[in-house]
Amino acid sequence: MTSVAPGAPPAVSADQGWAPGSGRVGLRQLLSRMLTLCWVELRKLRHDRTELYTRAIQPALWLLIFGETFTRIHAIQTPNGIPYLAYLAPGILAQSALFVAIFYGIQIIWERDAGVLAKLMVTPTPRSALITGKAFAAGLRSLVQGVVIVVLAAILGVAMTGNPLKLLAAACVVVLGSAFFSCLSMSIAGVALSRDRLMGIGQAITMPLFFSSNALYPTRLMPGWLQAISKVNPLSYEVDALRGLLIGVPTNLGLDVSVLVAAAVAGVVVASALLPRLAK
Amino acid sequence: MSLEPGAAVTGQPAGGAGVTAQPTVTGQPPPAGTGLAVAEPAVSCAGVTYRFGDHVAVNLVDLTIQPGETFGLLGPNGAGKTTTIRMLVTLLKPMAGRISVFGANTATQPMRVRRMIGYVPQLLSADGSLTGRENVELFARLFDVPRGGRAQRVEEALAAMGLTEPAGRLVKTYSGGMVRRLELAQALVNAPRLLVLDEPTVGLDPIARSDVWEHITRLRERAGMTVLMTTHHMEEADLYCDRVSLMHSGRVQATDSPANLKALLGPVASLDDVFRHFTGGTLDGDTAKGGIRDVRRARRTARRLG
Ligand SMILES: Nc1ncnc2c1ncn2[C@@H]1O[C@H](COP(=O)(O)OP(=O)(O)O)[C@@H](O)[C@H]1O
Ligand SMILES: [Mg+2]
Repeated sequence: MTSVAPGAPPAVSADQGWAPGSGRVGLRQLLSRMLTLCWVELRKLRHDRTELYTRAIQPALWLLIFGETFTRIHAIQTPNGIPYLAYLAPGILAQSALFVAIFYGIQIIWERDAGVLAKLMVTPTPRSALITGKAFAAGLRSLVQGVVIVVLAAILGVAMTGNPLKLLAAACVVVLGSAFFSCLSMSIAGVALSRDRLMGIGQAITMPLFFSSNALYPTRLMPGWLQAISKVNPLSYEVDALRGLLIGVPTNLGLDVSVLVAAAVAGVVVASALLPRLAK
Repeated sequence: MSLEPGAAVTGQPAGGAGVTAQPTVTGQPPPAGTGLAVAEPAVSCAGVTYRFGDHVAVNLVDLTIQPGETFGLLGPNGAGKTTTIRMLVTLLKPMAGRISVFGANTATQPMRVRRMIGYVPQLLSADGSLTGRENVELFARLFDVPRGGRAQRVEEALAAMGLTEPAGRLVKTYSGGMVRRLELAQALVNAPRLLVLDEPTVGLDPIARSDVWEHITRLRERAGMTVLMTTHHMEEADLYCDRVSLMHSGRVQATDSPANLKALLGPVASLDDVFRHFTGGTLDGDTAKGGIRDVRRARRTARRLG
């Protein structure tokens, strides 16, 4: 920038940063945007915690009623004969994260209606960075929600790992799973374009996602067709990884994490492609 | 309320090590094309067109805005002002023609363009579930204002808009005028070279309106940045713009200073008369479609903000 007219502020702000002029997403920028949007999520959580509490009710009921009852009647054979409640707890953790994430797209529709989305899209933030940032913010919210479930399960006597590395890995799994499901939600938002339709579709798919996963019962107890669905349901891999990490059930962690990473990346790509529909 | 922070907000770039301050413009900016031939225009539109289905919302628009100017896009609801602005801020890609902002093409270099502009959309838009300060900090972060000076820049932007005191409150408790000033603070925190205001005072009561204008005017005098605004109020264009383009049915019908435009029609002509002369329409005669749509969306926004 050589010629700056009198009165115009210098063009430094225009030229700093990452690869100006190109739409390429730099890693540093991606991390910065993820941090920023996670920061926003934490601020919102701080201003209003009611959702955190109301969203804890349903999983608590699952653990308390379903979990306790089925533990007592020994209806479901668990691997290594671990108590059913312990088997169920990671499933409910994943379920609670799923519920947070699958309605996350509502936020983006709300932001669209409030004109905030357009302003976000006029910042030097590539669409994919915006979506990735929001996906991880959803993951963070799920994680906070998950802590409530883990504490509750511990109170109910579920023996979970105390290994900090395994807990950290479990946290990453929850975030990855939520990143995928929130991208699914934001993609639906980009197609449905209205809050009501998104709510409807969200409600229509959550329970099928939940019941066709291994959250409640081992896959091998399912009929063949359901096993097939469970195999392509990312929630199964999330639950599997969480069981391995938290309860010590033998699992294929490498496969689980690979599937979740691939699903999250695919989710980001699709949701980013659909985002401009919301800005029109 | 001190004026200095406002100057700092708009006059100093992020992390501007070794950058000398530029002289600021006070009052009138330099007229187009005098002694500034080397400077690239702040905005240049050539043959810009946008259609919604069959409806041509913006039709072969040509515009040149010089650095330091306050430029008004004047026209009734439905004229195509917002669509033009949305193309300029990289939200929509022109279907024909090209737009550049300080030499950067909006379609091919959107990131570069975005770093140079501060954008305040037509409808009130701030996150009601965050505080005023958080809303501004969010934009400081998204514009990569370095962490070192960030908090100070945020405070300066808030102070320049007279929002220091309510900055810690959730925005859903703000009045319309306060939200608009907050949006200006958000737009300014990046020290933009071009400030884009889409109907900055629409929907505000007369007091909030003059308050917002007072803040915009102060900024202009302090920092001398280029301002592009749209309005369907004659008096606003007459008072605050160096030059205006009259827009009607997607086309720019005339462009000049308000004084020159009025002089064309004789000594007692108002800008209203000028508009009627060039477009055959009036500014108040809303095209029904645009008008109703705007009202509905404004209501929805008001509800969402709480
Ligand atoms: N998203 C949209 N879909 C369809 N038509 C639109 C849309 N946005 C604007 N229009 C139409 O384009 C024309 C120009 O609108 P706009 O740019 O908002 O005008 P202004 O800002 O001058 O009031 C109007 O006729 C309006 O109805
Ligand atoms: Mg408009």
